[in-house]
Amino acid sequence: MSSARHLGAAYRCALLFALLFAPSLAVAEVQGFLTPFGAIARVQRTELIWATAITMIAILPVLVGTPLILWWYRRDNTRATYRPQWHFNTKLEILMWGVPTIIIVALSVWLTQAVFRIDPYRDIDAEMAEGMDFEITGPPVPVDVVGLDWKWLFIYPEENIASVGELVLPVGRPADMRLTTDTVMQSFMAPGLAGQIYTMAGMVTQLSMIADSPGTTVGQNTQYNGTGFPAQRAPVRALSTEDYADWVETARGAPALDAETYGVLAQSGDIAKARTDLGREGDGPLVFSLAAPRLFDRVVARYRSGEPVPPEAQPGSPVYDPESASLPEVPQ
Amino acid sequence: MIDLFGRLAWGELKLFEFFHAPSIDTAVASGAAWMAVLGVLAVMAWLTVARRWGWLWSEWLTSVDHKKIGIMYMVIGFVMMARGVFEGIVMRAHQTTALDGGVLSNTHWAELFSTHGTVMIFFVAMPFITGFMNYLIPLQIGARDMAFPVLNQISLGLTTTGAALVMISLVVGAFETGGWTAYPPFTGADFDPGPGPDYWVWAIALSGFGSMFSGMNFAVTIYKMRAPGMSFMKMPVFTWTALCTSILLIFALPPLTVACLMQALDRLAGFHFFTNDLGGNMMNYANLFWMFGHPEVYILVLPAYGIFSELTSMFAAKRLYGYTSLVIATMSIAVISFCVWLHHFFTMGNSATINAAFGIATGIIAIPTGVKVYVWMATLWGGRIRMTTPMVYMTGFFILFVIGGLSGIILANPAINWQVHNTQFIVAHFHNVLLPGLIFGIFAGVHIWFPKAFGFRLDERAGKITALLWIVGFCLTFLPLYLVGLMGYPRRSAAFDNPDFVPIMIVCMIGACLLMAAFAGLFVTLWISIRNRDALAVPLGDPWDGRTLEWATSAPPPPWNFAMIPHVNERDAFAREKADGQPYVTPERYEDVHLPPNTAAGMVVMIATTAFGFAMTWWIWWLAVASFAGMVLWYVVHSFREHPEVTIPASTVARHHKAWVEAASLNPGVTRDHENDTRNRGRAATDMVVAS
Ligand code: HEM
Ligand SMILES: [Cu+2]
Ligand SMILES: [Cu+2]
Repeated sequence: MSSARHLGAAYRCALLFALLFAPSLAVAEVQGFLTPFGAIARVQRTELIWATAITMIAILPVLVGTPLILWWYRRDNTRATYRPQWHFNTKLEILMWGVPTIIIVALSVWLTQAVFRIDPYRDIDAEMAEGMDFEITGPPVPVDVVGLDWKWLFIYPEENIASVGELVLPVGRPADMRLTTDTVMQSFMAPGLAGQIYTMAGMVTQLSMIADSPGTTVGQNTQYNGTGFPAQRAPVRALSTEDYADWVETARGAPALDAETYGVLAQSGDIAKARTDLGREGDGPLVFSLAAPRLFDRVVARYRSGEPVPPEAQPGSPVYDPESASLPEVPQ
Repeated sequence: MIDLFGRLAWGELKLFEFFHAPSIDTAVASGAAWMAVLGVLAVMAWLTVARRWGWLWSEWLTSVDHKKIGIMYMVIGFVMMARGVFEGIVMRAHQTTALDGGVLSNTHWAELFSTHGTVMIFFVAMPFITGFMNYLIPLQIGARDMAFPVLNQISLGLTTTGAALVMISLVVGAFETGGWTAYPPFTGADFDPGPGPDYWVWAIALSGFGSMFSGMNFAVTIYKMRAPGMSFMKMPVFTWTALCTSILLIFALPPLTVACLMQALDRLAGFHFFTNDLGGNMMNYANLFWMFGHPEVYILVLPAYGIFSELTSMFAAKRLYGYTSLVIATMSIAVISFCVWLHHFFTMGNSATINAAFGIATGIIAIPTGVKVYVWMATLWGGRIRMTTPMVYMTGFFILFVIGGLSGIILANPAINWQVHNTQFIVAHFHNVLLPGLIFGIFAGVHIWFPKAFGFRLDERAGKITALLWIVGFCLTFLPLYLVGLMGYPRRSAAFDNPDFVPIMIVCMIGACLLMAAFAGLFVTLWISIRNRDALAVPLGDPWDGRTLEWATSAPPPPWNFAMIPHVNERDAFAREKADGQPYVTPERYEDVHLPPNTAAGMVVMIATTAFGFAMTWWIWWLAVASFAGMVLWYVVHSFREHPEVTIPASTVARHHKAWVEAASLNPGVTRDHENDTRNRGRAATDMVVAS
């Protein structure tokens, strides 16, 4: 079938396109969208390649044809026939409308499947694993993500630990993430594992991801939120089960994340500033054991009390004051 | 004292920032402020020395002639573009050095991308397309003016107000830092109490009224004032695109204006539309903004499509292929463009069904867009193509725009969008459609219609070099950003930590320098052409063997456009007249022409609303009340005055018209082989006849 041949040609073009990005494939330490190490991001990359390939069917004629037409029908080419009144051709019309329509229909079917398959709100379960051909080796890890100015707070409610500036996940276990922010809107993305989702104050969004081999990507904010924005990047590390257990163990022994500590963390600034403010030596990510339960829900509840929240009580505001910004209690 | 100046204090003057704390960063800020101030002073000094104030006032500022208003829009566009391009270069310079830092402070970087985006969209692209529509619509439909000439001037006044407020923010205070989209709550009073977001709110809200009025004006003009015989399906394609854009302006601008005013209420009156607390919800803002924002891209690009349609058939010396398809495609784009806005936030946690629906809708809009490109190719097919400057832009547009389309299709797939949203990929994408799509179209259009407006052609060699610079510069500056985007570099980011980006950023910097040269090239072209204006003169008005009615007038056209309102029997009315050998005829009888008189209405609105916007930004309440009340009062008083029409006696019309027809008849006409030499005086020996 000729359409199959077209597809083949298109696929080759896509490969060519992908080769253009080869330099980025070479960088292996921090993995990104083009070098995924998780099932979700892998589907996304496949989508990218196919969408590109199929669209090429509509685009190549333009890229190739335009220069040819311009050259052949140049004014001084006496061999070209001049047809000043030619202005309609039914077959051509059908082609012009038909080809893009078919392409869009194909892309739409594809897109719909992908959107449902890797919907960030969909739990990564056995059914998904079977459909997408990957393996789940353990129960999901719930992670609550809070966007702060300008760092990410990751809470592990089941392990009773938290981490600032680093997300650590066990390989083969789905990360079941709920996200919010305790300041302006942000967007959390971990390109090597999954795409992004907005985080909004007083609201909860969801994101699922799973790593199928150890690796590192960057958990970054992509929604501009002030001068510290470029610094809001947290490594996302997928570790083997043993390494993960070790990491959890270390975190359990770390200082507690109590109300006061949270108030300090919520101040605008990067991790280095948080370390100084908390009097914790060294650099890099911080880990905590969890003192207060349901921290995430209390952050969300801050904006849902039905009472005004003065700027002093809103982290990220220039007049934010931790003293006057205690988090509300939530029913257990 | 405090009340007299609201919250404005001397420290807000940015002119002296550099002297207080010298650094590259403050040098850029203060330098820009000085440039703005000195630029205005220089213009004022020239006007004084050359004794041109009276001329400026009576010939331009108070004129209601749609042609002059159109030209003034273009001037605003170019002045603001100088700023926008300059900011683009500064940003590129910053990102070249941005491995773990950069030469500018993060605050100034944020101000730069915010003002650059705002300026480019609202005060470059919008004035450009409004300018073209102003100039061309009445001429193409055989009318003498807009339906509402004074409203037209008021629209210009409101657009100028917006531009003026953004320029003032360069000197007094600071602009907002939340990008051209100004998403709350970041731009809300809780997080940014300063004047920046207020500047944005008032600049956009006030100029938004102007754009909406323009849309109404153009739509009514096209509905009501077409020459006898010009049914809808006989309208020139540019007019069709202008009609669709006008409809979009009418329906798309109100959501933006409303969103701006809601922000203003949040900021000034303690409302909670978009705040974090008390049920405020920024998602409503995102929806309102993009309900404007997506149609906006078609508002901008449709007229450019119109220009490309006109120029392919003109420079291929051939009838447009597939007129009906093109019209259907344009209309469907206009309608569907209201059904896709959510693709700007696939990442907001919508259900899979909604994401899929909007992804598909976005794909559907690509169908008519694809059809358009094919139609243009078919128009070139079988033609006799002259590779003039507009065709160089057209070629660049063809090749690059489809790449922009490809990235658009990629972005329309939510599954991929989650990975590239808010990254440099999107920066590459929208520059990819805006520069080749819109800006190239505008510049091609300037080359085509400049001779109509000013009576002489633009230099071809300089024009072509400039066009090539734009194309190459664009490729180097923006195509690499697709790559860094796929590698995950967020947009609006002042710094990065991946050393692999450095060489790419250097390439982008080189490209930006070429773009700077290209921008300068426009003025070099103009300069060379002005110096050779006698050799380039085309007073007879038809330098390109045009097909539509605007070419059937002298260059420049008289204030009344047409001595007698033409009767139209066919699509390319003027091409038909030429093919029949009857292009220049005098009627048996001339009639008096009535035109609206000059008015200061636009200037009153401009001055009053600028004062109002400034006052609202700085909380100078007395000034806000005074300027608003003053404006209303002026209108009330003014509405009681008689409005005499200006009557151009039939004899004047006849004299002008006969002189032109006679000159045209004496000229043997120039074939397309001599289009670009001094033989071209604007009388075309039409190719179609010569050929057959
Ligand atoms: C002529 C040369 C130009 C250069 C060098 C340039 C450069 C840039 C740069 C560096 C950014 C910031 C990207 C980022 O967020 O990281 C930007 C943003 C932007 N540019 Fe341009 N640009 C140019 C022309 C244009 C034109 C012609 C338009 C529109 C008609 C335009 C519209 C925008 C918009 C809307 C933004 C987004 C601002 C935001 O993030 O809110 N630019 N440009
Ligand atoms: Cu929300
Ligand atoms: Cu859109």
